[in-house]
Amino acid sequence: MPLTRTSHAVWLVYTRELRLAWRRWGQLLQPVVFFVIIGALFPLALAPEPLLLQTLAPGVVWVGALLSSLLGLESLFKMDREDGTLEQLLLTGQPLSLLLLGKLLAHWCVSGWPLVMASPLVGAMLGVPAHAQLTSMLALWLGTGVMSLLGGAGAALTLAAQKGSVLLSVLVLPLMIPVIIFGARATDLAVHTETAANAVWLLVSLFVLALTLAPVATAAAVRISLE
Amino acid sequence: MEQATQPTLETRALHLWRGESHVLKGLSVAAYAGECLHVAGANGCGKTSLLRTLAGFLWPDSGSILWRGTVISEDRDSYTRQLAYLGHDNGLKADLTVVENLSYATGMRTDVNPRAIVSALERVHLHALADRPIRTLSAGQRRRVAFARVLLADAPIWLLDEPLANLDASSSHELTRLVGTHVTRGGLVILTAHSELSLPTTILRQLVLS
Repeated sequence: MPLTRTSHAVWLVYTRELRLAWRRWGQLLQPVVFFVIIGALFPLALAPEPLLLQTLAPGVVWVGALLSSLLGLESLFKMDREDGTLEQLLLTGQPLSLLLLGKLLAHWCVSGWPLVMASPLVGAMLGVPAHAQLTSMLALWLGTGVMSLLGGAGAALTLAAQKGSVLLSVLVLPLMIPVIIFGARATDLAVHTETAANAVWLLVSLFVLALTLAPVATAAAVRISLE
Repeated sequence: MEQATQPTLETRALHLWRGESHVLKGLSVAAYAGECLHVAGANGCGKTSLLRTLAGFLWPDSGSILWRGTVISEDRDSYTRQLAYLGHDNGLKADLTVVENLSYATGMRTDVNPRAIVSALERVHLHALADRPIRTLSAGQRRRVAFARVLLADAPIWLLDEPLANLDASSSHELTRLVGTHVTRGGLVILTAHSELSLPTTILRQLVLS
C-alpha cells in the first residue's frame, strides 16, 4: 500500500506539471524554436558547402540542444518555491526524491522530448543524411534525459542564490561535457555510416548514473533551499 | 491517565539562529491534543521560524522536537503525515482551478474523494468558485482555498501561519470557528495571528515569544 501511495503521488506530480506546462504553452515552444533557429542560422553564416556543414553538424546539433535545454531550467523550481507548493511537497510524507523525479520526468517531456523530435529537421538543414537520423535521435533522447536530470539538480542548488541564472550555467555546463563528447561522437559516427554503439552505450551509462544520483541530490538541494 | 497527559508536540530547549540573529532562545513548550496554541509576539520575534521548525523546514541548532514522546527525526515521514501546514504562501498553483489544486495537493497525501472536496469548499464558502483558476481569485479567497486544503489533509496537527491574513471579518470568524471544531474533535492547532481569536478560553492558550 505505501508503494502504491508513493507511485500515485509521483504520478500526480507528473500530471500536474504537464497540465501546468500545457496552460503556459508559449513557454513550451521557446527551447524548440531556439533550437530550430540555431540549425537554420548556421548554414547561412558558413560557406554553403555541404561537406563542411556535414562535418560541423554533430557539434552544432548537440551544442544547440544543450543550450536550448538550459532555457527553461532556471524557472524549474522557482515558481514552486515562490507559491509555496515546494513546501507542500515536503509535507506529503512521501520520498521527496521520487516526487522530484516525477517533476524532472515531466520537465523532460516538455523540454527534452520536443528537441529530440525537432532534431531531424535541424539535422537535415545541416546536411545530416537520413540514415544517421535515427541513431542521432536515440543519442539525443539519452543526452536530453541527462540534461534534464543534472539540470534539475543544478536548478535546485541555485534556487536560493540571488544571481542563480549565471551560477546555474557555470554549474551545469561543465557537468554536461561528457554528454556532449559522446553524443556528438555518436552522431558523427552515424553520419559516416560507422557503428555508434560504443558511444551510445556510454550515453546509456551516463543516463543511468544521472537517473540514480540526480533525484537524491535534487531532493537534498531543495530541502536546503527552503531553510 | 499517563497517556492523556503526554503532549502531542513538545519542544525542549530549542535554539535557532537565522544568520546573525538568535531567533529561538531555548524554547521549551508542550502542546496537547484538544487545544489551540496561539503564538503571539512582535514582528520578527520568530513566530514563523517556530512554525517552520515544527514543520521540519528549519533545523534547530540545538534542542529537540518530540511528537508523542519521540524525537521527530527518528520517523520523519510518519510525523509529516500528521501535519497540515499553511504558510505565508498559499501553496496553490495560479494556473490551476480551485478543484484541481485541491485534488492534486490532497491526492499526494491521502485518497481523494471528490465529494470531500466539495464539502470542504462548502465549509469555506467557496463552492461557487470551484472551477475558477486561482489566478482570478482575490487574496482572501485564495487564503480560504488554502484553508480548504488544510481541512482535506486529514491531519491531526495543524500549523497555521497567519491563517486570517487578508480575510474579512465574517471569513475570519468562520475560519476561527473551523479551527475550534478541529480542536474540540481532539486535534491540535498551533497558529500565529496578530488579532485576538474568538475561541473559548478552555481550548485556547497563548504563547508569547519575546
